[in-house]
Amino acid sequence: MSKTWKYGDDVNTDMLFPGKYTYACAKAGEILPHLLEDLDPGFAKEVRKGDIIVAGRNFGCGSSREQPVIGLVAAGVAAVVATSFARIFYRAAINQGLLLVECPEAVDAYREGDPVSVDVAAGKVAVGAKSFSFPGLPKEILAIREAGGLLPYARAKLRNRK
Amino acid sequence: MGKTFAEKVLAKKAGLKEVRPGQIVTVRPDHLLSHDNTAAIVEKITGDLAEFGVCSRELHVVVLDHVVPAASEKDAANHKAIREYVRKHGIRYFYDVGVGVCHQVMVEKGLALPGMVIVGSDSHTCMYGALGVFATGIDRTEASALILTCETWFKVPESIRIDLRGSLGPAVTAKDLILTIIGELGADGANYQSVEFHGRPGSLTIDDRLTVANMGIEMGAKAAVFEADKVAADYLKSIGVPPKSYEPVWADADAAYARRMEYDLSRVVPVVAKPHTVDNVVPVGEVEGTPIEQFLLGTCTNGRVSDFELAASILKGRRVADGARLLLLPASREVLRQAMASGAIDTLVEAGGMLLPPGCGPCLGAHMGVLAPGERCLSTSNRNFKGRMGCGKADIFLASPATVAASALHGAIHDPRKEIRR
Repeated sequence: MSKTWKYGDDVNTDMLFPGKYTYACAKAGEILPHLLEDLDPGFAKEVRKGDIIVAGRNFGCGSSREQPVIGLVAAGVAAVVATSFARIFYRAAINQGLLLVECPEAVDAYREGDPVSVDVAAGKVAVGAKSFSFPGLPKEILAIREAGGLLPYARAKLRNRK
Repeated sequence: MGKTFAEKVLAKKAGLKEVRPGQIVTVRPDHLLSHDNTAAIVEKITGDLAEFGVCSRELHVVVLDHVVPAASEKDAANHKAIREYVRKHGIRYFYDVGVGVCHQVMVEKGLALPGMVIVGSDSHTCMYGALGVFATGIDRTEASALILTCETWFKVPESIRIDLRGSLGPAVTAKDLILTIIGELGADGANYQSVEFHGRPGSLTIDDRLTVANMGIEMGAKAAVFEADKVAADYLKSIGVPPKSYEPVWADADAAYARRMEYDLSRVVPVVAKPHTVDNVVPVGEVEGTPIEQFLLGTCTNGRVSDFELAASILKGRRVADGARLLLLPASREVLRQAMASGAIDTLVEAGGMLLPPGCGPCLGAHMGVLAPGERCLSTSNRNFKGRMGCGKADIFLASPATVAASALHGAIHDPRKEIRR
């Protein structure tokens, strides 16, 4: 049974992954124990594959560090559903293949204990018995996602040029 | 219908006649910046570099600034790996430990010029907007891809136009202006958007504009820009860059904006951002008397010569309060030399300040000046997030160099207008 983790507005990258570790940890295994350390000390131990994070406005604001995204992907977080995302974090998620769903209605509807699931192809997020639509991604961004992230996408492009 | 700065500069760089907000364009940036994170960026593409090599020797600018000089064997090995990458691939623009904070170095070395598009693997890359550059932060993976391909994508942003009128009062600084704006707009008030400063910002110096643009990201902005006017051209001339070496771009008078705002600079007052968000802004009077143990004067936000001179004018011939630790963190070696020559550094050290090497260290809790649980710091830096200065149980307040200097005298937050002596 996947779990839903609920957080508020302005969850910044220092809360997701403290700055003091930015030059000590770059790999998923090093990042995981510190994930959300100053926001929710229980998260790193209890998060399971398929879990979903529901949060408020401006999720991922602050520094450009990508460890939070790498950590969330490695932890198996299926999606982050938020009212809005900060732009560098949004880009980092595209580059790493982490699913972000901007859907204020779903966040407003969420009550503790509601099961949450995301259907990317249909562009729907289900919260308890309710279902909400979210806008599809532009084709340029989908191409990066389909390639498995930005680096595989760039490599394919370079090989085509050769 | 006219076009905004972001629309014009992205159209030009994408080789298109015109672009609209929301459109996705492919652009070849003029520069890619990275710092101590360079090794982590390069590590992702070790095999690709052997196969394809770097796409350009002039694209990548590397500055070692975050943990300088190295604090541990691990940091030292990181710096060493970066120097090896630079040597092996003939990276033209490399600045080793001690030159300064990457953003100040980009500006001082004439690498950030009007009309350019620059991306950096650091969120405060937006600072070069002070010189009419479309500059924005990216993550490490995108930096890796750029080293190989020299190109990336942008969604053309909507823009906010902020008109500035009048001049700042005594002991009121550009830091107070930008904190006031962020307090009003909120930490996500300009998310995904480009913020243009218009009106008559002629009273704002380049140092002032750098402080304002540096903090664009603290309201979520993709870019924060000023027109490359005479003030910018004069600055560039002073560092040896003649006007013929760049092509400024600026918004049309009839461009369309998502939002417009106006600020009368003469009405701005000294403010403080309270823990733990940058938009938690109040007039200094509301927090006056709050005891502070550590004072940080400097960083890429407020570590330029004019910042040290302003603080020195308040602290000259006086001493910081007993128990107050005043850290001085120049943004670059060039700043340090000038502030030494002007006597500002001597005045600040005589008043009890401790001089740190140019770099980032304490600002992000990476190196030196770490706080203890329960301590408070008043800082001229750009972030007061929980845990930012290395301790999740400490409080960080943000303010101007004038407010930090005046407060250091009292060991508590203090209105700088009461201490100004000019």
